[in-house]
Amino acid sequence: MFATAIIVFREVLEAALLIGIIAAATRSVTGRNRWLIAGLVAGLLGSALVAASTNAIAAMANGIGQELFNALVLGVAVLMLAWHNIWMSSHGKAMAAEASKVGREIRDGKQERSILLVVVGLAVLREGSETVLFLYGISASEGSGASAILMGGLIGVLGGIAIGYAVYKGLLRIPLRWFFATTGLLVLLLAAGMASQAAHYLIQADLLTYLTTPLWDTSHVLPIGSVPGMLLHSLIGYDPRPAGMQLVFYVFTLMVIATGMKFADRSGK
Amino acid sequence: MSLIKLVSSVRKTYISIALIAMSGLVASAAMAADEEYKLVIKDHRFQPAELVVPAGKKIKLSVENLDATPEEFESHDLNREKVIAGKSTAKIFVGPLVPGRYRFYGEFNEKTAQGVIVVQ
Repeated sequence: MFATAIIVFREVLEAALLIGIIAAATRSVTGRNRWLIAGLVAGLLGSALVAASTNAIAAMANGIGQELFNALVLGVAVLMLAWHNIWMSSHGKAMAAEASKVGREIRDGKQERSILLVVVGLAVLREGSETVLFLYGISASEGSGASAILMGGLIGVLGGIAIGYAVYKGLLRIPLRWFFATTGLLVLLLAAGMASQAAHYLIQADLLTYLTTPLWDTSHVLPIGSVPGMLLHSLIGYDPRPAGMQLVFYVFTLMVIATGMKFADRSGK
Repeated sequence: MSLIKLVSSVRKTYISIALIAMSGLVASAAMAADEEYKLVIKDHRFQPAELVVPAGKKIKLSVENLDATPEEFESHDLNREKVIAGKSTAKIFVGPLVPGRYRFYGEFNEKTAQGVIVVQ
């Protein structure tokens, strides 16, 4: 039961952190909760679908379908987060100033909502499909009873959600003056981390063949299996043995989005 | 341009890039003669549990899962992770590697599914 809880927790954590941050970042978007839940449901349904078609996806593209699929999902999520952040930079200040007048933002909120839906859906999809496969695997193999698996899975899910919620609540306590700058920075780092992960999958698929040697090895100082390692991996894309190309993707994404934010901020004034 | 339109056009570009990359891969994979090594998963164990491979070369691991349940090949040392459905084979590219021992395991059955790649 305990092993089940830990694995499920690990999978859920990543999605929960992202949802916590995104939910905070879109606090002034009207109807946010409905779109968030819609994304969650879509992601869960998608998870089951992806899990059920693991074989078909894996067999695609000469056996590297799974890596391509993951890289594609991550890539779309990066684009969405980039758009979100750049859009926020041009509207964030006005929204911060009038955060109490929530109803006003219906027009501006429209684009934000579809982003919310897609980002949340993709995050759940990626982590959810692995959880489904894992739970299916251990329930199919003998050993632990169904109730133990269910309990373990539940504990893992709740643990992950609790941390995501804590992050959300913590972010909301930040004074409005710094709020959008903080969530903007968090989303920026999330996106860069995802880009690095996408590069990782493309290297694994042998599609990226340059700069594949690890740049450094901090796996003894801060192993990725440890709690701080996991958190940093989810939040800023920490990787104890990053390939050079991962760093290139990371820095490139960081710079492109930051530049976009700067321009949007300027033109928004 | 509305966001939806932009997104769909961006997505289209993205997919076409992926498709181009894919077709390129099919060609290059056919040409590249990476050394292939076989691993088998049976009863949630890797066979062989220790695999010796040469240093400084890219190698292709072919992992066949004979169990009915899925497994996730995971290695922090190699920086690799891949889900392998039940009764199926996956290939995973690793390296070029420097000499040493690289542990891997099956994340879904960590207790029994353990192995190591020895690079010499």
